Amino acid sequence: MFTRRQALLGAAAAGVLAPVLTMPARATAPASEAEIAALPRRKVTLVAPPFVHAHEQVASTGPAVIEFTMPIVEKPMVIDEDGTMLQGMTFNGSIPGPLMVVHEGDYVELTLINPETNTMPHNIDFHAATGGLGGGALTLVNPGEQVKLRFKATRTGTFVYHCAPGGPMIPWHVVSGMHGTIMILPRDGLKNEKGEALAYDRIYYIGENEFYIPRDADGNFKTYESHGDSYADTLEVMKGLVPTHVVFNGAKGALTGDNAMTANVGETVLIVHSQANRDTRPHLIGGHGDYVWEQGKFANPPAKDLETWFIRGGSAGAALYTFRQPGIYAYVNHNLIEAVELGATAHFVVEGDWNDDLMKQVEAPGPIPLN
Amino acid sequence: MPTRFLDAAAFAAAVLLPLAASVLSPGSGDQTRAAEAVVQVPASEMDFPLPGEFLRNSRPAPSPMVRIEVPSFEIMRRQVGLAAYGECVAAGACEAADAPQTEADVPVTGVSWIDADAYARWYAGVTGEPWRLPTAEEMAIAAAERFAGEAFSVAADDPANPAVGWIRRYREEAGARRPPDPAPRPRGHYGPNSLGLEDFGGNVWEWTATCYDRTTLDPTGEGAEGMTRNCGVRVLEGRHRAFMSTFIRDGRSGGCAVGTPPENLGFRLVRDVRPSLVARLRAFFFPQSDPAARA
Ligand SMILES: [Cu+2]
Repeated sequence: MFTRRQALLGAAAAGVLAPVLTMPARATAPASEAEIAALPRRKVTLVAPPFVHAHEQVASTGPAVIEFTMPIVEKPMVIDEDGTMLQGMTFNGSIPGPLMVVHEGDYVELTLINPETNTMPHNIDFHAATGGLGGGALTLVNPGEQVKLRFKATRTGTFVYHCAPGGPMIPWHVVSGMHGTIMILPRDGLKNEKGEALAYDRIYYIGENEFYIPRDADGNFKTYESHGDSYADTLEVMKGLVPTHVVFNGAKGALTGDNAMTANVGETVLIVHSQANRDTRPHLIGGHGDYVWEQGKFANPPAKDLETWFIRGGSAGAALYTFRQPGIYAYVNHNLIEAVELGATAHFVVEGDWNDDLMKQVEAPGPIPLN
Repeated sequence: MPTRFLDAAAFAAAVLLPLAASVLSPGSGDQTRAAEAVVQVPASEMDFPLPGEFLRNSRPAPSPMVRIEVPSFEIMRRQVGLAAYGECVAAGACEAADAPQTEADVPVTGVSWIDADAYARWYAGVTGEPWRLPTAEEMAIAAAERFAGEAFSVAADDPANPAVGWIRRYREEAGARRPPDPAPRPRGHYGPNSLGLEDFGGNVWEWTATCYDRTTLDPTGEGAEGMTRNCGVRVLEGRHRAFMSTFIRDGRSGGCAVGTPPENLGFRLVRDVRPSLVARLRAFFFPQSDPAARA
């Protein structure tokens, strides 16, 4: 099948239509079930964040149906070094749910499983999907059920997905951990503002989220036997809009120490950052955002040389950075109270040669000369 | 010989000034107060990693190991207890500690250096005895085989690449992490060391009187070219050495070089061994022979 869109992309690649970065696939005629059934199918095994399943940056084939399977896991989770316990709800067992990667024009086919061991109905709303409350209207599953949803990846970018089972259940499930991200790459990969190809050597995926853990009369965090037990108290804290924890990847320190992210000098890293519920402002201390899709949507040219970027609650963004200097980099939510006191800090350990031209301690600290 | 390394004058001043006071005002103590059990520490020597930060050839250098000699002293066998600290609070001389209230005989925790210093002054006053916070040197001697000192390894980092040292330290820090265990244990829980000193190296780090210094070593590393003293930051000894601002009461918020930050901050006090009558009279009648008087 050779579409007008592909013809245009071919022309763009040849430089004929350089300013036209993408042609929305949604403009093409709908494919029939028979045509979709004729597409190749590929199965993806998801991996836990901050890692991302193997994927092509530039698609080597035409559109395909990409199959994903995600169990929903309700489980207690430790969210800080004091052992504070969250009655967690997760896609695939992790907070955030895993990053799914497809290309524009692919079909995402998700099998969502709500095992019998769970206690609540759940569903999934993909911000990348069109219609049906992002899929939420078609995916509500009770414990012991599963559902299969297919949607077409019509827009490129990083997009949040989250559970949205209705009413006050929506924010509660989201702040209990039920959110994740899908990245839909242009078939010909990422591009800078001139339409020139950009590529990454590594990709890391950070899901930021905030928790609202109730406290007892002495100010200590409460532990609950079940999700149901925790609900009323948690809702009260949520409505105060003052989180007790603001963390990356489900727990304070989830991306520091032995779990710090790694890179080498000279490597280009794509950092995908999502926040399903609340605004945040990532900042790489000692580094920059070389190219940042702050709103996460690759049809827009990336901003360049950013110091801090803004991720709106309910969205995911992407930042591309080439490390130029070795060391320990803190990657933080640059509300530094949230970073340091509430937990929104990750680290990169970057190895390689030091560049004196970029930075040098000309004189070590010492007493102030008297004259 | 850089004076910092033995800090002879300052050390002698700390030792001798309170003595002079006790000679001048004998018998002012509250005789009804139950005495804290003490451990007699004989005059001792040890190889001691100097606390603080060291630079050599404009690069961070490992803490120099020096031979120290410490005169005999007495140290509380156990850390100051919550109940004992409460007496100081009741007397209006100490601020209430940030510690959970309990009837158990636990050490006081949630105290800053300022709190510990206030307690030492109050306790010296009510007992009429020269109680004070130990120096880091005294703490090391008393901790004996439990003394940990610096937590970082000494390695030849690449002088052209500061990141090598940063990354090595970061990995050591990560490797030394363990789950926090902040619940105060009854005094004596961690048992005595070879000198009979109890609980050192448990989950309470102990404030010392020693200030945080940044020292520029000479190129040989044997002496110092300069030093900046910051007494707004003091040394704590425990499972590993820590440096914290004097107002910090929660070890986890105070910053820590390596490993799990101190779960709790507490202290114990030392007292100088009463010198012979001859020495006391000499100090009284010939103060110019007293290094403290010259300082
Ligand atoms: Cu849900």
